[in-house]
Amino acid sequence: MNFQLAVASNFAPAVDHILICLLVISGGMLLLVFWLMWSFMIRYRVGSPVDRGAIAQRTWRFEIAWTAATFVVFIGLFYWGAGVYLDEYQPPPGTMKISVVGKRWMWKIEQPGGQREINTLHIPVGQKIQLVLTSEDVIHDFAIPAFRVRHDVLPGRYETFWFTADVPGTYDFFCTQLCGAEHSHMRGQVVVMKPADYQRWLEQDGASQTLVAAGQSLFIQLGCSGCHNGGGTVRAPSLDGVYGGPVPLSDGTTVIADEAYLRDSILFPKKQIVASYQPVMPSFNGVISDADLEKLVAYIKSLGAESPP
Amino acid sequence: MADSPPPTGSVLTVPPEFQYGSIFRQGEAAITGMWLFLAQECLFFGGLFLSWIYCRYWNIAGFDAGSADAQVWIGSINTGILVTSSFVYAMALACIQGGRVRFMTILLGVVAALGIAFLCLKGYEWHLDFADHTWVLDPDFKVKGALEGGAKLFWSFYWISTVLHAAHMTVGIGLVAYVIMCARQGRFSATYHTPVEVVGIYWSFVDVVWLILWPLIYLIGRAS
Amino acid sequence: MSTTASSTASSTAIERRQISSSYLGEDFRLLSWLTTTDHKRIAVLYLVSITLFFFVGGTAAAFMRWNLISPDGMLRSDETYNRLFTMHGVIMVWFFLVPSIPVTLGNFCIPLMIGARDLAFPRINLLSWYLFVTAGMVVLYALFVGGVDVGWTFYPPLSTNYSNGYVLLAAIAIFVAGFSSIATGLNFIVTIHTLRAPGMTWTRLPVFVWSHYATSLLYVLATPVLAMTMVLLFFERLFRTGVFDARNGGDLLLFQHMFWFYSHPAVYIMILPGMGVVSEIIPCFSHKKLFGYDFVVWCSMAIAVIAFFVWGHHMFVSGQSLYASVVFSLMSYAVAVPSAIKVFNWIGTMHKGFIRFDAPMLYAIGFIGLFTSGGLTGLWLACLAADVHLSQTYFVVAHFHYVMVGGMVSAFFGGLHFWWPKITGRLYPEMWGRAAALIIFIGFNMTFAPQYILGYTGMPRRYASYPPQYQVLNVMSSAGASVLALGYLLPLFYLPWSLFRGPRSVANPWDATGLEWQTSSPPPTVNFYATPIVTWDPYDYKEPERQEQLDYHG
Repeated sequence: MNFQLAVASNFAPAVDHILICLLVISGGMLLLVFWLMWSFMIRYRVGSPVDRGAIAQRTWRFEIAWTAATFVVFIGLFYWGAGVYLDEYQPPPGTMKISVVGKRWMWKIEQPGGQREINTLHIPVGQKIQLVLTSEDVIHDFAIPAFRVRHDVLPGRYETFWFTADVPGTYDFFCTQLCGAEHSHMRGQVVVMKPADYQRWLEQDGASQTLVAAGQSLFIQLGCSGCHNGGGTVRAPSLDGVYGGPVPLSDGTTVIADEAYLRDSILFPKKQIVASYQPVMPSFNGVISDADLEKLVAYIKSLGAESPP
Repeated sequence: MADSPPPTGSVLTVPPEFQYGSIFRQGEAAITGMWLFLAQECLFFGGLFLSWIYCRYWNIAGFDAGSADAQVWIGSINTGILVTSSFVYAMALACIQGGRVRFMTILLGVVAALGIAFLCLKGYEWHLDFADHTWVLDPDFKVKGALEGGAKLFWSFYWISTVLHAAHMTVGIGLVAYVIMCARQGRFSATYHTPVEVVGIYWSFVDVVWLILWPLIYLIGRAS
Repeated sequence: MSTTASSTASSTAIERRQISSSYLGEDFRLLSWLTTTDHKRIAVLYLVSITLFFFVGGTAAAFMRWNLISPDGMLRSDETYNRLFTMHGVIMVWFFLVPSIPVTLGNFCIPLMIGARDLAFPRINLLSWYLFVTAGMVVLYALFVGGVDVGWTFYPPLSTNYSNGYVLLAAIAIFVAGFSSIATGLNFIVTIHTLRAPGMTWTRLPVFVWSHYATSLLYVLATPVLAMTMVLLFFERLFRTGVFDARNGGDLLLFQHMFWFYSHPAVYIMILPGMGVVSEIIPCFSHKKLFGYDFVVWCSMAIAVIAFFVWGHHMFVSGQSLYASVVFSLMSYAVAVPSAIKVFNWIGTMHKGFIRFDAPMLYAIGFIGLFTSGGLTGLWLACLAADVHLSQTYFVVAHFHYVMVGGMVSAFFGGLHFWWPKITGRLYPEMWGRAAALIIFIGFNMTFAPQYILGYTGMPRRYASYPPQYQVLNVMSSAGASVLALGYLLPLFYLPWSLFRGPRSVANPWDATGLEWQTSSPPPTVNFYATPIVTWDPYDYKEPERQEQLDYHG
């Protein structure tokens, strides 16, 4: 149970200050309204013997007073909020540009050095990051609550915003614009790393991540995800954490899912049927190239290895 | 229901509906209602025209390429027909205000005939447009290349707006026919002819919509 | 107060309508109800229809809250959830909230309040009900047969190129329902202009009538833009016309601009009549003149005008120009001022009053509390930087439910209880009324208060499944929803019960001042046997009586 939200970017404290101020003002006004109502309800209830005297005549004085008061407060709030907003969407010079492409229902991310990843965004701490967002199909929205930033992701347009992550850690990001059936699965994690860790990641994991990311694209393009991602009508076993573990087969035996097993299952799916499933998967022998097969296997190996998105 | 009393010497041929104090107040309500309806129509067509102009702003060349294929001669003849019909309607209204019911009926017949002529020409134009491969879903769409998108957009607006306008024309012709029918039953006089006035306002409005469509479809694209 | 009556109307006109005891008792046959042009009967027809839609939409909401108990979703598929919230949104917005108070209470009370015998165009009034029912049938068909999965906002290109739901049918239904609204609004404006009784000047109109005048302006001027948006959406989906498609040179933000140009004023369509109801109830149960009548009236009109210039605050993160956002933010703060003023005026009305706590008053007090919380969080969303963080999250959901459900639905129930004796001639059971008001207030806060926190911590709207850290608050919200559901179900039982078993009401059970209370309960078909002549100001709760202890329920 966590009512707190991480404060992890340069904009997070700025936005939180505004929110606290709004909370104080709204809370104050709400308390005033409720206190007035309660006290009037008790004091002036019918049957209450209190002396009511004459009612206020020059009501316009009150009206002018509270109109002016609310107006002044509102203008102040407007000015403050607009300042931070304009800052968020006008990137300063010298940002590191990361490309983010939304596609139903995943996020394809490309680092400045060409390293690709899916549904995960690795960034160094303290660096000005600028996201360049576009969509391949419908409108999405890229939101990182811990950073207090978001923007819609539109097909045919490049939208942008920037931020600086302040605290290393892992934070959720979401698609927050309804994009179809699996809208709520279109989410992932921002991994904020120390600059040295980030460099190491770029050189080591970044390359394999690229392979995995390409594999995930294939996994969706080829329609594997339609059955193997669980969901409503499960016709095929989930592949989360399948690699390296024992797999019970329909003939009663058990095999260890190594790389060769994964390749065989893709190319000759009828050979080894997982227990309690129907042999409905089509063969991909001759359908995909060896390079693609390698990517797919890399992706399946990655599933469940850490926490999958 | 505090109304001005009817002018002396007038004969009320139609009693007011029960919620009105007098037939004059009822007429006032009908005319106010029609103006409000037209205010609504302004916003309805306004949304269309604004989108049109906005999209054209970003695709001027494409829109002009589309507009070049529009049948400007039919559009212009139709403009003449509609303006004439509104003028004839105004004459008909002047007739009934002078109590000349029969002459008004004839003029309204002319209005309806002009309206039908407009629709026939419009139908013929649609036929030409369709044969000219300007239908948006036509696989052999007339404009190709870089301007195809803009031209398709122009023709989309063309089809939507002309169909909506023709629907309004059809309703208008029906209303004019209804007014003619009432007039033949002797329901109108110099003192009571509210329906004639109300339908007249509507008819003129449909005319005005066309006066905006005419330059949007046929003229702007040729001028630039 | 003087109720000098005079018979200025021509007697033949009245004789054409059979004078009988009441509009209800005239003719019981179904056909006579379905062909009636009596505004009171049409109001009852509408009441039955929107109650049906309210419970259909509410059932969808119940399934949604049930689904969100578990982070993985309790329903079989995410698609089902998408269809449920679309059904909830479409039905609640266009088939309950937008029509609700105007077509029922407004339809019933406006002619009575201004001393007229009917609306200006009774047949158009009936037509508007038929349009509404037709649209409702189409949308129910679409939603039950296949459903629509694009949300009530219908954003392209999801709705035009990608969805496999029944978007076309829904668009047609919304188009038709829109013309039902336009017909109602047009009717109200003409009626208020031309059918006021002698002496009923503009400054003597009850605020209820004024707020319906403002609402009607929005009906007539905003709805046609929605209609055109639906036409363009329809053709876009059917023929790929490209108006909302960047590949053809169109602009998908154009849809959002046009949609919100209607849908923001629609928010005020929903709330203004509620404000009108509360402005009637509070003076009556405080037995005191409404504080600052002129200001309340002008605030209604100001809201109706400014409402047309704030639509862009739904699009702060959509990709519209930053400077447009700045202007829309400023305008949004401007529209908040008159709403705030109204709240102070209602409280000012209670000051030094003789406050009674009958069910309508409890609902009205609940309205002020919930509307104020909803309105204040509107300030958060109007604030640009705060909106970036909060928009498209549960904070927005909580915000507009506080205004729409906490505000508008409370006002609707308050008004329904207030005028129930006038509509039916029977008193509802007071104890049950108060209990329901209390349960709704508590259940509502239990349901939606946690959603503010959910939104702040980042949970997006329209999520069928969610990260586990949000589960506790979601379960709290769902638990509250069951209390709220109980509160809404109660009136469904005790109000119909009172139709047959409730004690008969006198003409003016609340000791209220409006003209509608001068005629019998339920009113005769002609409303007033003799046209009333108005010689007093609205809310004429007399000053000399103030020194006496009031005896009520006489």
